[in-house]
Amino acid sequence: MSLTLEQRPKRDAEPRRESRRPRRRLRRASSSSADSMVWTTAGSLALCLIAIVGLLALCFVKGSATFWQKPIVQLELTSGSSVMGEVTREEDFTAEDGTTMRRRLLRLGNYELTGEHFRWVRDDEIDSESEPEWALVLERRQVLERSQTGPFFGFPQAFLIDGEAVATEPGEIWKLFQEQHDASTARQRERQSLEKHDVGATNRMTEAARLELRTVELEHGAESTEWAAQEQEYRRIAREASVQYDAVRAHIDDLNEENRRFELAMRTADGAEQRTPLADIVRAVPANRMGFTGGVAVYFSRWREFLLDDPREANSAGGVFPAIFGTVAMTLIMTLLVVPFGVLAALYMKEYAKQGFLISAVRIAVNNLAGVPSIVFGVFGLGFFCYFLGVSVDELFFGTQLPNPTFGKGGILWASLTLALLTLPVVIVATEEALAAVPSSMREGSYACGATRWQTIRRIVLPRALPGIMTGVILSISRGAGEVAPLMLVGAVKLAPELPVDGVFPFVHAQRSFMHLGFHIYDLGFQSQNSEAAKPMVFTTTLLLIGIIVLLNVVAIRVRSRLRARFSSVHV
Amino acid sequence: MLRCSGDPLPGAAAGAPATASVHEGMPSGTSSIGGVFESVSRGAPFETETHEALGGEEAVVGIEDFNLSYGDTQALFGVDMCVPRGKVTALIGPSGCGKSTLLRSVNRMNDLIDGVHTDGRMTLNGDSIYGRSVDVIELRKRIGMVFQKPNPFPMSIYENVVYSLRIDGVRDKQLLDEVCEESLRGAGLWDEAKDRLQSNALRMSGGQQQRLCIARAIAAEPEVLLLDEPCSALDPIATGKVEDLIDELRGHYSILMVTHNMQQASRTSDYTAFMYLGRLVEYGPTGDIFMQPRLRETEDYVTGRFG
Repeated sequence: MSLTLEQRPKRDAEPRRESRRPRRRLRRASSSSADSMVWTTAGSLALCLIAIVGLLALCFVKGSATFWQKPIVQLELTSGSSVMGEVTREEDFTAEDGTTMRRRLLRLGNYELTGEHFRWVRDDEIDSESEPEWALVLERRQVLERSQTGPFFGFPQAFLIDGEAVATEPGEIWKLFQEQHDASTARQRERQSLEKHDVGATNRMTEAARLELRTVELEHGAESTEWAAQEQEYRRIAREASVQYDAVRAHIDDLNEENRRFELAMRTADGAEQRTPLADIVRAVPANRMGFTGGVAVYFSRWREFLLDDPREANSAGGVFPAIFGTVAMTLIMTLLVVPFGVLAALYMKEYAKQGFLISAVRIAVNNLAGVPSIVFGVFGLGFFCYFLGVSVDELFFGTQLPNPTFGKGGILWASLTLALLTLPVVIVATEEALAAVPSSMREGSYACGATRWQTIRRIVLPRALPGIMTGVILSISRGAGEVAPLMLVGAVKLAPELPVDGVFPFVHAQRSFMHLGFHIYDLGFQSQNSEAAKPMVFTTTLLLIGIIVLLNVVAIRVRSRLRARFSSVHV
Repeated sequence: MLRCSGDPLPGAAAGAPATASVHEGMPSGTSSIGGVFESVSRGAPFETETHEALGGEEAVVGIEDFNLSYGDTQALFGVDMCVPRGKVTALIGPSGCGKSTLLRSVNRMNDLIDGVHTDGRMTLNGDSIYGRSVDVIELRKRIGMVFQKPNPFPMSIYENVVYSLRIDGVRDKQLLDEVCEESLRGAGLWDEAKDRLQSNALRMSGGQQQRLCIARAIAAEPEVLLLDEPCSALDPIATGKVEDLIDELRGHYSILMVTHNMQQASRTSDYTAFMYLGRLVEYGPTGDIFMQPRLRETEDYVTGRFG
């Protein structure tokens, strides 16, 4: 008894001492692990921020610098030749003999003369270096269709009217150029407009008559009297069209004639001479003598062209307006398609269907749909929309135009539908969550007033869930506008100056292919004949695409916050 | 007209015999076997103690041997009671005793819950509530309901009040305006709300929101008004206003109200029904229930000795 009494406190004391220490250690460990969680969470957020800010900053810095005109340098080489261009990059490198020296990548113009776009120039090759005052950069309209000739660097030699040099001194030439350039650009634009609209109209006239004839042929056969009558009609319209065409052509020829009178003679750094018609010059930039204000003017003029004009030089220069239009139009059509479908589907799943295995399975399937690679949607869109639906539509309604497909190929409608499918899960999930967040007390209140289920949904549940649904819409816009892979299969193309909406009946052409900024970026970066020259445009286009997505989102977010303000209660 | 009687409700028996049956229905009286609660928890059959005073009332809602179960759990056992016309009737009892379930059975809100089974009869002004051919939507239009937490809809004050007319497709602006003003006056909210009828109802204070809900409920001129603990989410001042409002509505509307607050029941109601474990234990004039209940269990509860 006494033994046990003696032993007891000892036994008690020992484990207590043992247990106290680990406990203290434990407490410390837990508090330090809490600290480490702060660091871990903050660290991962910082990592995300660095990635996002870095990407945005890269796009912004590189993208906004594209249109800034750098000085033109002329390098006299030890070999005796002379090169002139814009320095795009420079780096240090180790030469064969082990010395480190600098080399610069020079953007050379005059591709049609030199056959070179870029050239590395080592410092030890250079005899002397200068920035000549009268170095001019000529940005030209396509010299060859769909080719990339790049700018022309040179010195003004003479201003020619009707082949006669009226000025030979650079200052005078520049003055005359500025006087005449606007007029010749206006003539050039008028010519383009005539070619696009008036010639297009005569073509459409004959095409419509031909289709009419074809319809009659399909109905009555090629030997029938109706066909013969229709053929007469067709010939008459074709004659009329050709008369109209000749008139337009004559007008165009006049304009061309007038434009050919004005030419600018230029001399390159190595002495070659070339004459360029004024109408082919988009912009002449006296890079080394325009000063800061002139630089700013050129910078904004280039941005303007970028945002509002068609591309030139195989997409690597000029504007991206068709791509902006295509991106925005496709995103809006996609939103219009996906929101009603997604919301209705979510409504059924949440409000009407009996919750059970089947609905759970559907929900899982919808969530999985979000994980399907987007190219798979593209393949599906091509197979189902273009080749099945589109071909059926063609057979039913556009039989006369066969074998030319109307809807049986990629187009903005099919692309929008494909992306609508792609973003459907986003909308469904967001809508379901928004519906679940509507307090059941509101539903009950409505039912107690004698409202039917649909009245309750329409008047109470949907308005209340709208901000949440808008979140889904915002997410789907971001996802849809930035998607490229499926578009390559269902309608985005390299060049489509004809917009899906224009002034020609029926005004909306849902079957047309379209340009898309995302695809444009891919095309510039990887499909270009001269990717080094297209690189700055990649950044600028990316910047623009991000800007457009941000803009669309800001609009949606503002709508959402207005809705939220309507439903927020001061009294919770 | 249906009369309130303590015994098996109207149906065949109406008029004079019903009054007689009140006395038959309560032979146990104060001498009831010591443990009503015990017999209840044993599941033994037991008779509701209904006071004779109810026999003189005209019934708006009649409930007869009403049983309800959520899946396998039975929540109401053979409830027999009536809601007298133009009077305020309070349902009291400890949590989980089935007060709210009984209240929500009247306008069939329990239909919205899966797995609810009911059995027995319930009538609204003589029309069956649970009959097979009853249109629930039409039924609910005849009954107004106010919930525990104020639940104004996310729209303007005006639209909240005329909601039940809107869903009926009423477009007549003049009629809507009239109903809106009348209901808001009825709910004592007109002076506070008349200048901001088009502002969002969610911007009102909690007490105002609850009175708005009452205005919404009376806009459809319901035959009976169900209040499910209308003051439990409100502060004392707002509670006072709602109680005053209930007092004003007395006579115009027949009110069935659930409350946890014994003082509220004694202040506002004409009749009080005490429920326990899904049974209606004692039902009588409020004064009697609180001052001289017939069952000791009721006395224990109202004096705060348990519950």
